[in-house]
Amino acid sequence: MSGNVRSLLDGIPVAVKDNYCTRNIETTCSSRMLESFKPPYNATVVQKLQDAGAVLLGKCNMDEFAMGSGTVDSIHGPTKNIWQSGEKYTLLRNVGERATSVEQVQGCNSTHGSKMVYQELHHLSSHSNKEGSSSPSEEGDWFIAGGSSGGSAVAVASGAVFAALGSDTGGSTRNPAAYCGVVGLKPSYGLLSRHGLIPLVNSMDVPGILTRTVDDAATLLNILAGHDLLDSTTVQDSFIPLDLSQDIDISRIRIGIPKEYNCPGMSDEVMETWSGVADILERAGAEVVQVSMPHTPSSIACYSVLNQCEVASNMARYDGIEFGLRTAENRSTEELYASTRSQGFNETVRGRILAGNYFLLQRNYPHYFLQALKVRRLIAQDFTHAWSSGIDVLLTPTTLTDAPRYSQFISRDNREQCASQDYCTQPANMAGCPAVTLPIKLSKQGLPLSLQLMGQSYREDVLLAVAKWIETAVDFPRLQLET
Amino acid sequence: MILLYSEGKSVFTFALPALLIRAWTCRNFSVNNNDAKHFLSRKVKSYVSPTSTYTTETKFKNKKQSYWKSVVGLEIHAQITSTSKLFSQAGTEFGVPVNANVSFFDAAIPGTLPMLNRRCVEAGVLTALALSCRVNPVSFFDRKHYFYSDLPAGYQITQHRVPLAQEGVLEFHVFTPGSHHKPYSKKSCIKQLQLEQDSGKSLHDEEACRSLVDLNRAGIPLMELVFEPDLEDGEEAAALVKELMLILQRLGTCSCKMEEGALRVDANVSVHHEGEPLGVRTEVKNIGSVRAVGHAIQYEIHRQVKDYRYMPEPNLPPLRVLLNDQPAVPNTYRDHINVQCLRRKLPELPSETRAKLTNKYGISPESAAILVNENVLLQHFYDIMEEKKSRDPKLSTNILIMELLTILNKKKLSLEASPFPSHTLGEIVDLLQSEKINLVTARKILQEIISGNSMSPSEVVEKYEWTQITNPSEIEKVCTAVIEQNPKLVEQFCSGKTKVFNSLVGKAAKITENRANMATVVQVLTAKLRKIQNP
Repeated sequence: MSGNVRSLLDGIPVAVKDNYCTRNIETTCSSRMLESFKPPYNATVVQKLQDAGAVLLGKCNMDEFAMGSGTVDSIHGPTKNIWQSGEKYTLLRNVGERATSVEQVQGCNSTHGSKMVYQELHHLSSHSNKEGSSSPSEEGDWFIAGGSSGGSAVAVASGAVFAALGSDTGGSTRNPAAYCGVVGLKPSYGLLSRHGLIPLVNSMDVPGILTRTVDDAATLLNILAGHDLLDSTTVQDSFIPLDLSQDIDISRIRIGIPKEYNCPGMSDEVMETWSGVADILERAGAEVVQVSMPHTPSSIACYSVLNQCEVASNMARYDGIEFGLRTAENRSTEELYASTRSQGFNETVRGRILAGNYFLLQRNYPHYFLQALKVRRLIAQDFTHAWSSGIDVLLTPTTLTDAPRYSQFISRDNREQCASQDYCTQPANMAGCPAVTLPIKLSKQGLPLSLQLMGQSYREDVLLAVAKWIETAVDFPRLQLET
Repeated sequence: MILLYSEGKSVFTFALPALLIRAWTCRNFSVNNNDAKHFLSRKVKSYVSPTSTYTTETKFKNKKQSYWKSVVGLEIHAQITSTSKLFSQAGTEFGVPVNANVSFFDAAIPGTLPMLNRRCVEAGVLTALALSCRVNPVSFFDRKHYFYSDLPAGYQITQHRVPLAQEGVLEFHVFTPGSHHKPYSKKSCIKQLQLEQDSGKSLHDEEACRSLVDLNRAGIPLMELVFEPDLEDGEEAAALVKELMLILQRLGTCSCKMEEGALRVDANVSVHHEGEPLGVRTEVKNIGSVRAVGHAIQYEIHRQVKDYRYMPEPNLPPLRVLLNDQPAVPNTYRDHINVQCLRRKLPELPSETRAKLTNKYGISPESAAILVNENVLLQHFYDIMEEKKSRDPKLSTNILIMELLTILNKKKLSLEASPFPSHTLGEIVDLLQSEKINLVTARKILQEIISGNSMSPSEVVEKYEWTQITNPSEIEKVCTAVIEQNPKLVEQFCSGKTKVFNSLVGKAAKITENRANMATVVQVLTAKLRKIQNP
């Protein structure tokens, strides 16, 4: 109002996942339990966005209490992937600054205000009938957006907002970002404040950043990172803002390819994308080596146990007394709790609570929770071994395939889906290290195929610099909805 | 009937003397109700909180002539004196309106996180040091899960795995005035000291069929002190609690106001025949309604099925304190609490004060204990001795303990409401010490002043001519008069009834209106009577 520009984000529309507390604005976590819940405060990261002048357009759909990998388990209904959804869009390519042997045009990122040149235009209207498949606009057969931050990913992918906040506990930001063809950044644990982020797993949750470009992700990170007194798990060292203006010398980078990430169920397309980018890097002079992270296959089981234990604990506060849903039960307090909780939570949430409470029983605790903590340490050590052997970043797929169809996705239950979908993403949550997914190219179905980079804790500078280099090199087309 | 719960843990919480009165076993004889009543009639200052209504009785089976052993272990919850709560910035004042001191975190609003209050850790460390505990350089916070309406988050943050401090000891004297037991010294070992949240309060309104929840107390910082079961009876337990209260009040870490719930004592009591294994049978008494039966049983079930599903608190990093002074403190330790620094700030502890009183002033350990137990008395004592160093400490102590307390008790006045400033009491000591008055006169002076006479003691003595008769010739005269006026008594004495001597002394006192120096009277009278017996 004073005419001064507050920051790069001043006036920029953003959206946040519906598990961020926004003062006096419904924060439902896509659950009946919080359907009418209006928090009395803003989450720290939401406050930072507002202080920077960003305009909050709305709250984004998610899987209930962030439990899921499809954004299909929500009281608001599922979120559809914008890609191949039947909506008309054009695909734009904007090329990096330096002229390559193929493209000759200069251009920069839109938020930096420079000119953009269209290189190719693709018109993709209703998907023509492939044999055996129905048209995507038919109910129940569209492509999922991924989860649990599916709403945030689609909001960015569709151009409704320039940036969105998700959350990432086992891949919940990176998974939908990969399916929706946007950049999804999971920062280092402890870098961004979780105050006001309704928790899933306190020891793994981080606020996730979804944007169109790596530069935008860095801009958001610079605004959101830093110690918060209200969150005792944030690091106290002062945060040095990232500067990605200088191009990285890729020949000085050592890329690790962990062989265990080649897992059953991974599509050929994803494998090709993975090796393709490894080749590009190698040709440009980077050192690309295979590494081993032997505890990766144990990660899912370990994650399940820790996740469910924390869920059982974190969900204990939903009793209908102080806030949220309260059923009409008045026979006794215990009856009120039981009734509220069975009506307020969906099956997935209730299942995880029961499992978690089982694991936390005194007689079971050493065999499940403690054991999982030990395995977690081993998984984290896989990463530290990689770093100490000179690796700068690890390159892996983000998901096993391009976005699944909804009908296919719901044919397996939530637990099974998470178990396979989260394979590549949740080791980074176990270790706490930063990871970013970026779209590389389109699949045969015209859906985004993405890859993931993981870096050392608090070295988002290296991580995003490499990501930006790849982004420029692959020149993934940007989706623009036809109005 | 309104029922107030404390957190669901071990034995019911109630004020300590309720324990003394109802679940009590002497060491060597079987108990029946008469003993309890007898105990009641002794002068024990009541700590019973007006709101505690649950009591637990241990029933004694009626075996013949058996030797019962009892074992008592205390668990004490002390609210830490601090401006804000343990993990939030809400206030802690007592008596504020319902739900006035509740932050978002205290109400378990989703997305809120705990912030550790530094002052509470310091208070815990200070207390641990005063109790000779070993302070752990690293300790952790855990979640203890159970569902109850006064626990909004569904779990309490406590320290289960590694508490702040362990392995301390509390030494105290077991000494109840009026009891025939000799005072003795006793130690109770402290298993651990941990920091944890207090719960809120819930009231169950039977008529309106609803429960009311007040979260003012939710999140208030507590120190839990767990003692080993090394006490033998209620007297020892009471003495322990009294000593602990003295220490905590000196440290300033707890107000110890039991009527405000600042100090709560749980006792685990077990009774068994010597040689047989421990057995406990507890009964819940005083349940006042059908609904309350349900609650009480639910509560008891919780109490017995104690699987709290402990889990580390993921939102709080390990609590680190610095044990040793670091010569060159790197930046990372800047915020850590320095235990050595706190140790230097420890005030003089009650045991040290008692030692000082006996060593420096030569008063008896029992008197020293009484002075230390009542801060007002102790202050009087220091003032009296400071004003005039030549005053006899034993005499001063006697005036305070025997005379001052007696007259205040008679007039039903508390020490704080006493109308005797230190210098007045000091003056009385001077008058006694210089033998200007005797003890009876001293009491008369106190009576005068408490009845409203604003004169100083010396002025009173002068006005009423209460000076002591010490002149030997005068006393001679009096004794002669006594003998002359009571020939029968003299005859009885000479024929062997020595007890009547007291009556003769009494006569002398009467004649002199209690102003004679009694010691001299006794001397002279004895001599005279001997002369009569052996001419």
